[in-house]
This record gives sequence, structure tokens and C-alpha cells, in this order.
Amino acid sequence: MTWRSATVVGLRDETATARTIALAVRDWPSHIAGQHVDVRLTAPDGYSAVRSYSIASAPNSDGRIEITVERLANGEVSPYLTKELLVGDDLELRGPIGGWFVWRRDQTEPIQLVAGGSGIVPLMAMIRSRASVGSTAPFRLLYSVREPGAVLYGDELRALSDQDHSVIVTYAYTRATPKDSSRPPGRIDAMLIATGTWPSNLNPTSYVCGPTSFVEHANDLLIAAGHGRENIRTERFGATGERK
Amino acid sequence: MSVPMNYLDGNAAAGELSRIFAMDITSAEGQCANCGAMGRFAEAHLYVQCPGLVARCALCGYVLLRCVNTEQHVFLDLRGMKYLALATTQLQEAGS
Repeated sequence: MTWRSATVVGLRDETATARTIALAVRDWPSHIAGQHVDVRLTAPDGYSAVRSYSIASAPNSDGRIEITVERLANGEVSPYLTKELLVGDDLELRGPIGGWFVWRRDQTEPIQLVAGGSGIVPLMAMIRSRASVGSTAPFRLLYSVREPGAVLYGDELRALSDQDHSVIVTYAYTRATPKDSSRPPGRIDAMLIATGTWPSNLNPTSYVCGPTSFVEHANDLLIAAGHGRENIRTERFGATGERK
Repeated sequence: MSVPMNYLDGNAAAGELSRIFAMDITSAEGQCANCGAMGRFAEAHLYVQCPGLVARCALCGYVLLRCVNTEQHVFLDLRGMKYLALATTQLQEAGS
């Protein structure tokens, strides 16, 4: 797979630390929801750094994709992408990548999405893909996030769940909750799995994405709730922020 | 075997491995040469805090694949996989 040239065509701040970057990619072959791209930045002295970012947008044929990048305090690449990058700048990009952590439009079974922090990004591509192809597959999302201000795509998720019930969303706040929340802040637990996800007898396919420790924990909870290991697909990213 | 919990999934290796293989091997099913477990390569545990990539069996921790870049070569060690079953539909796509 070769590196392609991509041009920044739009920038949108999602939260205080996350920015969505819209890219026009030359000869882009389209993608499948859940896939990622590798982005390569090269300094004038030839030093280069490669990072993987999930595609946030639904598959389309117009050669455009969006990625959402979370700024990491000690990051080497994410501060540049979220602060310095301007519309019109060029990036090198390799993709679309990965054929396992994907949702295809011909899947009709119930889908359980479980996101930890910016692990929402590839799952949002699946939700957007479902909406754009008019799929009727039942979707649920359990979204674990630090605090209300850190929620990505909050308005769009609300619109999708309010207007046409295309996805049922349950939030789990880990540090600070909205005022009307009945659940104290805390990581996801068996109770939330019981109330906020499809029961295992519906045989959903689950997609879990987040930091390694989150994915490990969520995976264990799903298995304890009766879900088959073979029906759970995971995508972890490191504490170093090498992914997303 | 006990290994530290700082790993990613095999799918994170897909970009690097696309430099070598014509098709996406991360969605292929393979067998661990040590414990005999079957799984998608994407489900292996991937370690990247090392010079290159190391993929280990998610069940027993055995090294399935090592891939290390030097200036002159890419060293690829696949001893830990008894085999990989590649979907013929994907082979055709990659060959076209």
C-alpha cells in the first residue's frame, strides 16, 4: 500500500482538546466503517513520525474522509494536527487499513458499540454508515467518557437517537456527571452492561474501542454477561496515544 | 505466560504489514504454533514499544510474528504461526 497525498479541506473543534480534520485524498478508493489510516509527518530534516487514526466519516465516493484527533499533552504528532494544521495544508496518508474491526452494510444483526473516550471515533463511522445507507440493523452505544465536556459528536448522537431512534445511546461518566445524572461517576460495571447494552440472547456483534485497560475491562464484562468471545471485536490504543 | 498489559490489537499492524503483503492479513484466521489456538490475526496482542512490531497469541502469549525495519532490510519472523487461511475473495481483490 502506498502513501497518498491528502489536502486539509476543513477543520472543526469537537471539544477543548479534540479536532476533526476533513481531508480530500487523491485516488481514494473509499473505505469500510471502522477502518483507519496511517498519517505520516516528515520534518525538514527528514525525521518522520507515523500515527494511526480511525476514520470518523461514513464511506462515500467523493474522495473525502474525516478523522478526529485528540490532543495529547506529551504527544509528538497530535499537538501539530490539532493546533498548527491549516486548511490547504498537505499530509501523507496510507489507507484505508484493516479488514476486521469493520461494520459492513449487509450486516443485519443487532450491533453493540462500546466506546472508551476517543474510542468513539471508529464507532461513529459505523453509526454514520448505518444512517447513510438506510440500514435497519438495531444499534446501541455505551459511551464511557470522562465528563460531559469531553463527549465527541454529542449533538449528532442526540439528533440520531431522538429523531429516528437509529441508535440508542447510554453514557457512562467516569469523573464528572451532568447535573441530572442519577449514577455517580465511575467506570462501566456489570449494572451498566445489564441496562445499557443488548442482552446476549439477541446475539449482537459487539465492537469495543478505547484504551487497552478500558477494552480489557469492557470485554470481561461482556463475556461475564454471556456474550460469546467470537462475537466481540476489539480495537485498543495505547496509553502513549499511539492510536487515535 | 505473563506479559504486561501495554499492547494493541493485531489490526493496528495492518498498515505496516500492507507494505509487505498484497492483501490484508489481519482479517485472516491463523493457528498459534505453540498452543494450537485459532484466531484472526487482528485479535492477536500487538506490542509496539520495541524496535518493530511483535504480535503474540492472545491466549498463550507465544510470539506469532516479529517485524523489524533496518535501513537495508525488513526482517520478518513468522515462526509462531502454523498457518494463515487467506480468503480467496480477498486474494482476487489484491491481485487485480
